[in-house]
Amino acid sequence: MTGIALRRVLQAVVVLLGVSVVVFALVHLVPGDPVRLALGTRFDQATYEALRERAGLDQPLLVQYAQWVSSAVTGDLGVSFRSGEPVTLLILERLPATLSLAFASILVALLIAVPLGTASALRPRSLVDGVSTVFSQIGISVPEFWMGIMLILVFAGALGWFPPAGYVAFGDDPLGWARSLVLPAVTTGLVSGSVLTRFTRSSVLEALGAEHVRTARAKGLPARAVFRWHVLRNALLPLVTVTGVQMAYLLSGVVVVEIVFAWPGLGQLALQSVQARDYPVLQGAVLLFALVFLVVNLVVDLLYTKLDPRISA
Amino acid sequence: MSAATGPAADRATGAAAPVAVRPARSGALVALKLLLTSPQSLFALVVLLGVVVVAVFDEQIAPTGFNEVDVEQRLQPPGPGHWFGTDDLGRDVLSRVVLGAKVSLQVGAVAVGFSLVCGTVVGLLAGFYGRWVDTVLMRCMDVLFAFPAFLLAIAVIAVLGPGITNAMIAIGVTYTPVFARVTRSAVLGVREQVYVRASRSVGVSDLRLLARHVLPNAAPPIIVQTTVSLAFAVLAEAALSFVGLGTQPPDPSWGRMLAEGRGYIELAWWIAVFPGLAIVLLVLAFNLVGDGLRDVLDPQQRSALEAARARPGRRRRGVRP
Repeated sequence: MTGIALRRVLQAVVVLLGVSVVVFALVHLVPGDPVRLALGTRFDQATYEALRERAGLDQPLLVQYAQWVSSAVTGDLGVSFRSGEPVTLLILERLPATLSLAFASILVALLIAVPLGTASALRPRSLVDGVSTVFSQIGISVPEFWMGIMLILVFAGALGWFPPAGYVAFGDDPLGWARSLVLPAVTTGLVSGSVLTRFTRSSVLEALGAEHVRTARAKGLPARAVFRWHVLRNALLPLVTVTGVQMAYLLSGVVVVEIVFAWPGLGQLALQSVQARDYPVLQGAVLLFALVFLVVNLVVDLLYTKLDPRISA
Repeated sequence: MSAATGPAADRATGAAAPVAVRPARSGALVALKLLLTSPQSLFALVVLLGVVVVAVFDEQIAPTGFNEVDVEQRLQPPGPGHWFGTDDLGRDVLSRVVLGAKVSLQVGAVAVGFSLVCGTVVGLLAGFYGRWVDTVLMRCMDVLFAFPAFLLAIAVIAVLGPGITNAMIAIGVTYTPVFARVTRSAVLGVREQVYVRASRSVGVSDLRLLARHVLPNAAPPIIVQTTVSLAFAVLAEAALSFVGLGTQPPDPSWGRMLAEGRGYIELAWWIAVFPGLAIVLLVLAFNLVGDGLRDVLDPQQRSALEAARARPGRRRRGVRP
């Protein structure tokens, strides 16, 4: 068990090193001078020199990489070419919005997926199964941003139940925060939920067909107990993995949804930094996303080996 | 049999290497027939065919050009003359949806083609040669895989600059590791098969072995992955164009049209609704074909499917707790 865990951690570290090289290379692969590009028409020799020096662009490449990595490890991701603010601060400012959206979305997704997927697996070819299949097929085919626009059209425009866009901080107005969260969370939750529904269904079906379930039935356990102790428990285990992966995806994959709802999250920050050619901010955001993605995947893997006795044995 | 067996003889006669008997290839036709018996797959194939026809004959089908501005006709609701209405510049939405089909299909095909070729080559080499080749190649793929897909695409565009060609490259790069992984695991399954080992033992060259024996037998999961990736690529192009990094105005692209229609959503729902429906339909079709192919190409699923089709009328009973 510890051997496997150690190997996985080591692997993740190697991949993270590779990730850091790619992210570092981002700035250097841009044709032309990144600082000049970022400054654009506001060009001014003094600012230019200062930014170049601050970003360490006048040093040899290897030295730059070493400096960048060593400061990144301590949480210093440089300063924005645009505003001069520390990148770490910009990211921290955006974190609450993205985190609330990601958690609310996964909640919506699970609230849809677990009951719907389980019900459809228990009654194959029934009406519920049909609804669940159609829902999951369409759900994975709908672009999230279009779903968002449609929800705005109906629930903000026609019915006026929720604000069409914008984010309210929890500290300012908890009710307003919840109201502003509903439409974006339902948008991403529906799409993630369709993936999870499909997964729950096949997972429960597999558990239902397992031999120990047949044995449990044969020895006369009540159906409810068989389901509760032998089916659901085994079926939900793989769901943990997929939910983890979906969570990692949500933290980063909501870029377009954040744009639709003018949601001041990390995705919006990343996109704005591309449009503004603010490379240090883009680097910081991409690095953070990749790190979260790696860590979540690692944790899920380790959790899985811990939860599933067949692997940890 | 002459003394000349092995690769040299193969090249001369064009015959397959002796000894190495590859599994029969009758599969493709049977698979297609089975695919056509499923109503979902049939529906999806008809939709795909329809979109391809629309994309090929777009200029004949579209009532107006993609950028014909008619200010007097702006924001007209759907009706005779403009079946999908007009946008804020008075352009015919139907024409732009029709003309956008080509962009979606092109980006999908080029981007997935790119990742298919790069990913399959990497996966073949990694799976076939193993050892350090496998380690180096797959760790590189792991690095690419560590980035969330859409973010990697954005980062690639940040380097290359916005535009449709760069969007294709960005999407292609993003899906390369997926193909590499799928191919590698398929190759690992094939590599130790008797017919591959036999071919190797009679001296068939690696290149020929890969091309004639390993790749064709590792193909089914790659084919399924290609179809599913086409769906993702269409979605990714729409998303990139939506945020202004893909297709540039005034070219029609479904994602771009959604971005343009968003500002008028309360005045004119049709500008955003129709291109969105077009995306859903195309992506749904690719996904359904992917599902159908997965059922048909997987030997276990296939025998179950054939058995089920042979005995219609028999329905599986629901399992109740």
